Amino acid sequence: MMLKIILNKENIARFIFLAAAYVAVACVILICVFLFTQGVPPIAKIGLGDFLFGEKWKPSQNLYGILPMTLASIYTTVGAIVIGAPIGILTATFLSYFCPQWLYKVLKPMVNLMAGIPSIVYGFFGMAVLVPFVSYTFGGNGKALLTASILLGVMILPTIISVSESAIRSAQKSYYEGAVALGASHEISVFKVILPAAKSGIISSVILGIGRAIGETMAVVMVAGNQAIIPTDITRGARTLTSNIVIEMAEATDLHRAALIGTAVVLFVLVLIINLLFSVIKTRRKHV
Amino acid sequence: MENLTQENKNIRINIEDLNVYYGQKKALNAINMEIKENEITAFIGPSGCGKSTLLKCLNRMNDLVPDFNMSGKITLDGEDINKKYNINDLRKKVGMVFQKPNPFEMSIYDNIAFGPRVTGIKNKDELDKIVEESLKAASIWNDVKDNLKKSALALSGGQQQRLCIARAIAVKPEVLLMDEPTSALDPISTEAIERLCEELKEKYTIVIVTHNMQQAKRIADKTAFFYIGELVEFGETHDIFKNPKEKATHRYVKGKFG
Repeated sequence: MMLKIILNKENIARFIFLAAAYVAVACVILICVFLFTQGVPPIAKIGLGDFLFGEKWKPSQNLYGILPMTLASIYTTVGAIVIGAPIGILTATFLSYFCPQWLYKVLKPMVNLMAGIPSIVYGFFGMAVLVPFVSYTFGGNGKALLTASILLGVMILPTIISVSESAIRSAQKSYYEGAVALGASHEISVFKVILPAAKSGIISSVILGIGRAIGETMAVVMVAGNQAIIPTDITRGARTLTSNIVIEMAEATDLHRAALIGTAVVLFVLVLIINLLFSVIKTRRKHV
Repeated sequence: MENLTQENKNIRINIEDLNVYYGQKKALNAINMEIKENEITAFIGPSGCGKSTLLKCLNRMNDLVPDFNMSGKITLDGEDINKKYNINDLRKKVGMVFQKPNPFEMSIYDNIAFGPRVTGIKNKDELDKIVEESLKAASIWNDVKDNLKKSALALSGGQQQRLCIARAIAVKPEVLLMDEPTSALDPISTEAIERLCEELKEKYTIVIVTHNMQQAKRIADKTAFFYIGELVEFGETHDIFKNPKEKATHRYVKGKFG
């Protein structure tokens, strides 16, 4: 009798769903625990200030300052947004209010496809096309901060385009009708009424793009040059936080290895801050 | 004397042999009518009779509908609205208030100033003056004068609709089209809007679509009754409700169907 109650279909289904949900939560918690237990002690040993703001990363001399990498990550991400956000937002606007139906049927799947291209393929594209282009146009060997920014700018396009597009589409059609009924042209109605109404969704899309750009590793390693020095010029090479880990992890031991995990902690905290911003903006949007 | 002034009123809008199709479906059939200035003309009839379709022909909002098609001629002050006017200029002359209040997601001030800014007015003093005048004309100035920077979405439904009327007035139109402007509002707000319409007709030509027969009876000078895409009867509101010539009109205004 008891067994029958416990094993009825509803309870089994509930158990499976619950278990699935807990697996996801458990993964996040385990990652946090691993990162912080492994990553925080070395940061304490090196000294928080020396670790975060140290300008020299020389494991052979026991110098573990990650400021060059943090700056490189921030610069490439800012560069990616400067390049990717305007193109992405304008593309989303075009897709939702200017694009003829037949062209939409071609463009939309292409944008979706962009999201599915593996980052190593973007990396190859960067090596084969962007590196020579930057070298030819701006001098240097082409493996540079600028190259990484352009490539990341392209890579975040699908995120920005699809999230912005749905924000623009969810802005009420009645706003558009109200604007054209006042004698405003199609363009003015879209840019002055619809886009401001979709503002918080568009900002969300940019924040998601930031998250994508700051976490990208493979493609950046392939085009950024990877010198662990404070970047002084956008046409010079730089090494991001993610690159630093992937390049040195294989041969690192002891404190060096631990310092790389510490680098991951910094990256993780940066991403957490970005996610927090994202959810703050999303809840504010609901209240309006 | 009153009869004489009535006769002297100018014809603003003239509709000749208008047929409207949405794809294969015929929505309006051979409509002929004249709309005079400084009057309220009401379009009544059951759902799907074509009254809103006709209203939206007058400022060419139907152009937004992909499979919309029309034949015949609509003139504003004698000029064909589909030929003589640039569509945006036409819509500045023929303003519209929608069924559901649709203030933009901006401040009250920016909502009103939107239209004038589109026409190129940038001077702050001039905009301030237009905003004040328009809000006063829509009798909402006293409600909002201290909160012009507040979001328009924070207003009540009735206030939002009056704001939308003010926004339409701000571009100085000649004709005001209203598409069931009170159907989403409570009785008190409805009364306020109706009183407003009667004030506004001194300056504008008003065409109002309404589901509410009592509303047409209360405020309209002329009433047109539509049924299944046909203009069944059009005349003085008093006659339409008291002595309708057509059987269908009689049945509708007596509440027998619709």
